[in-house]
Amino acid sequence: MTDIPFLSLAIWIPIFGGVLVLATGPDSNARMARMAALLTAILGFAVTIPLYLYFDRNTAEMQFGGGEEPLLWIEHFKVYYRLGIDGISLWFVLLNSFMTIIVVIAGWESTQKRVAQYMAAFLIMSGLMNGIFSALDGVLFYVFFEASLIPLYLIIGVWGGPNRVYAAFKFFLFTLAGSLLLLLAIIYLFNLTGSFDILVWHKAGVPANAQTLIFFAFLVAFGVKVPMWPIHTWLPDAHVEAPTGGSVVLAAIALKLGAYGFIRFALPIVPAACEDYRWLVVGLSLVAVVYIGFVALAQTDMKKLVAYSSVSHMGFVTLGFFLFNQLGIEGALIQMISHGFVSGAMFLCIGVLYDRVHSRQIGDYGGVVNTMPKFAAFFMLFAMANAGLPATSGFVGEFTVILGAMQVHFLIAFLAATTLILGAAYTLWMYKRVVFGEVANEKVAGLTDINRREFFFLSLLALCVLAMGLYPFPFTEVMHASVNHLVEQVNGKMLTLPSH
Amino acid sequence: MSFDVSNLSLAAAEVFVALMILAIMLTAAFVRGIARGLAYWLSQLTLIVAVFITSFTIMETGSDFDFAFNNMFVRDKLGDILKLMVYLSMMVALLYGRGYLADRKLDRHEYYLLALLTTLGMMVMITANHLLVLYIGLEMMSLALYALVAFDRDTTRSTEAGMKYFVLGALASGLVLYGMSMIYGATNGALELSAIHEAVTSPEGNKTVLLLGLVFLVAGISFKLGVAPFHMWVPDVYQGSPTAVTLILSSASKLAAFALAMRLLAEALPGLIGHWKTMLLFVIAVSLVLGNLAALIQHNIKRMLAYSGISHMGFMLMGFLSSAEASVGTVGYSNAMFYAIAYALMTLAAFGMIVLLSREGFEAENIEDFKGLNSRNPWFALLMLFVMFSMAGIPFFVGFFAKLSVLTVLLKAGYLWLAVLAVVMSLIGAFYYLRIVKFMYFDEPTDNAPLKASGELQIMLSINGVAIALLGPMSGTLLEWCKSAMKTVGG
Repeated sequence: MTDIPFLSLAIWIPIFGGVLVLATGPDSNARMARMAALLTAILGFAVTIPLYLYFDRNTAEMQFGGGEEPLLWIEHFKVYYRLGIDGISLWFVLLNSFMTIIVVIAGWESTQKRVAQYMAAFLIMSGLMNGIFSALDGVLFYVFFEASLIPLYLIIGVWGGPNRVYAAFKFFLFTLAGSLLLLLAIIYLFNLTGSFDILVWHKAGVPANAQTLIFFAFLVAFGVKVPMWPIHTWLPDAHVEAPTGGSVVLAAIALKLGAYGFIRFALPIVPAACEDYRWLVVGLSLVAVVYIGFVALAQTDMKKLVAYSSVSHMGFVTLGFFLFNQLGIEGALIQMISHGFVSGAMFLCIGVLYDRVHSRQIGDYGGVVNTMPKFAAFFMLFAMANAGLPATSGFVGEFTVILGAMQVHFLIAFLAATTLILGAAYTLWMYKRVVFGEVANEKVAGLTDINRREFFFLSLLALCVLAMGLYPFPFTEVMHASVNHLVEQVNGKMLTLPSH
Repeated sequence: MSFDVSNLSLAAAEVFVALMILAIMLTAAFVRGIARGLAYWLSQLTLIVAVFITSFTIMETGSDFDFAFNNMFVRDKLGDILKLMVYLSMMVALLYGRGYLADRKLDRHEYYLLALLTTLGMMVMITANHLLVLYIGLEMMSLALYALVAFDRDTTRSTEAGMKYFVLGALASGLVLYGMSMIYGATNGALELSAIHEAVTSPEGNKTVLLLGLVFLVAGISFKLGVAPFHMWVPDVYQGSPTAVTLILSSASKLAAFALAMRLLAEALPGLIGHWKTMLLFVIAVSLVLGNLAALIQHNIKRMLAYSGISHMGFMLMGFLSSAEASVGTVGYSNAMFYAIAYALMTLAAFGMIVLLSREGFEAENIEDFKGLNSRNPWFALLMLFVMFSMAGIPFFVGFFAKLSVLTVLLKAGYLWLAVLAVVMSLIGAFYYLRIVKFMYFDEPTDNAPLKASGELQIMLSINGVAIALLGPMSGTLLEWCKSAMKTVGG
């Protein structure tokens, strides 16, 4: 089974499907565009399932690379078309392909303008994201990493809200600033090792003075994407202005790219610098967790609130990585997957309300439960998961990271644990104001409950959230070997650092 | 000094183009009624046959280089590939410009004659192995271009641009000639490039005069490339000349200017690397900063592309500069050549798009004219998106691979600060390219006139745009070509 190039399929099916969808042209063919997009998305997800089924859980090696010799792409640069996944990236490919289906269904009716382009943008982006998670060649990674900005820029700018131009530019330029530094770091590593192979870089042993420079390039490049505290300001704008589907992809997948970059690049390639500046990353992460938690509390716009809660949750992820122990890293990875489901679901819920009322202000709502009971139940579940309630997916990751933090220092664990209170406060308070109480105004009184389509995608996500909360074993079992290897690699190399 | 027929066969392409120029001139004089269309088709035919002749020479001759006409003329891989690229970009430029000229009643046969003359000048320049031949080529190219820039003689803007270009261009030619004379003096009368090479590397000779000559040469090259601080003419001339001429100015003439730099700096004066390196460093840094910052505030897209061209040429020179370091070798030159070719491809598409949006009595030269292009014509909006993201250096487009090729050698040469400056400036540059995409995609159209362009323009522009997208991931062959072109360049 492993000689079928599943990874290549997972990348190129959505991209070529997207081009085909684009070819359906004007909105008079909207129905055809939607059907083709759905088919492509389902097919794209289907080819990723064997990745999980045939994944060898006992090894930290890269898998599904397809053959011994990778394909030479551009000889002049020594760039190879080199793919492969391990226990760390496996779930992101699955998550991404799964969320694409949800996004296509979610945009079914709410997008009426330029449908083919809308669907195509999401499909192409989905393929590019799979490319990012499975690329093992520096340039290949970078090509996917930066190319994925284009569809998202268009999604925010074409289908976004009133202030969309500002948000789209801010998003693009912030991330481009980071990725250009990444490009320099990648080229530097190439000149050092004579190869663009990421796995070669892992073993390279970068000289100490260069480690610091490369580390900061990585920190900015991936920190913008995560986003980490002082460079997170593009995210609330992008989230607020993006259409629902855009927010879902942004929160569920795009934010994971930064964290993934840390774990694939920063930790294994420049471990000594990571150790040196651990205080910085841990500090920034804690600021994100605590301070941004308070900021979220003060929001009056629902999307902005969830956006800030994303920053806070992603702070947990970077914190977990820089604990350098098994618990921390695994917890952070679980948190990433869980956040993908939960924040995606939160944005979809807000989208459901927005489609009906055309407002995201908390003040415009109240007593939604009276008119939309089914919706209120789903929203409740996702809000609880966002707050990290046990038995939902949100709890597993946060709890594991806090356990890992406890091994390092009590104070870190203590500060991190405030998220359980803050998260509950801002999420549930918003939930209370929007859903409970008397029916606030006529618009709320006239609401209709979710239709079958909305019921379908919300229940899919609800299943994932509950499954992950109740029985996380299938999620964690594939990670163990890879995370173990990473922790050994990181800690081992810190001791045997080449002296320069 | 005997006449040898094999000399002529090496210069077959040049001889053919020269003969065709005469033929077209005569035909146009005698066949009045159909002269316009005929001149166009004859010019295209000339270029196509030239492509065949040069390709034939590449395949036929096994040697890396051959000299002819008492070593005044050289046929090598570098020249062959650059000439091919010049033919191709001239063909595309003439094709794009045809409808544009017809709309403005400018499609006189003189246009095509001048275009072929400037092509011939470029060819002579590219294949020169002698300072005088180089200068003749340079002048032939420039004089024809001055006339082309002022071709729309009834508008003040075009004549003004022609005047400006002529005055400054003549000054630059003078600088080059003056520099050449100093080199000639300092090397005891060497005019052949290889002879200069030897004379410069030997310890004898007057170094002061040599360096003074070098300064003038670098200034002249910078002028022809249009890099700061010799860039003043670029925006005015780009804006003022008919877009059909801007197409030539921004693509083929840059390739020829690259050849000028290669012949003079890399082949004749590698002995002075340490000196021209510093000058280029300054030129590059100023071009990057000035080009990108000035492009930010332009409302006229031709001016914006002119400033962006200044920064692109600065970028290209970074590859050139890297070859000055022994650790890099000639791969810096070949990556710079790749950049120049990629840039020619992108800029042709960009100005072609302006031609596409223009129509009789209307120049689509303001950025706002691109408003809502996605609603008017999604296909060409997508192509323009390719061009803009490619120029901004975003993958998968060819512009990214060009940028990557230059940055790899730059970092290998150890210019970390310049690389950081370059990426900061490309970040700023991304803003104005994104702004065009914003107008095309995020805004609704204000001008709903249907696009009335000829079928051939639409097809060629589509090919050009798709090439920008595909040549990125498939840049391997072109890069190998560029690399093989530098085999004969002594480091």
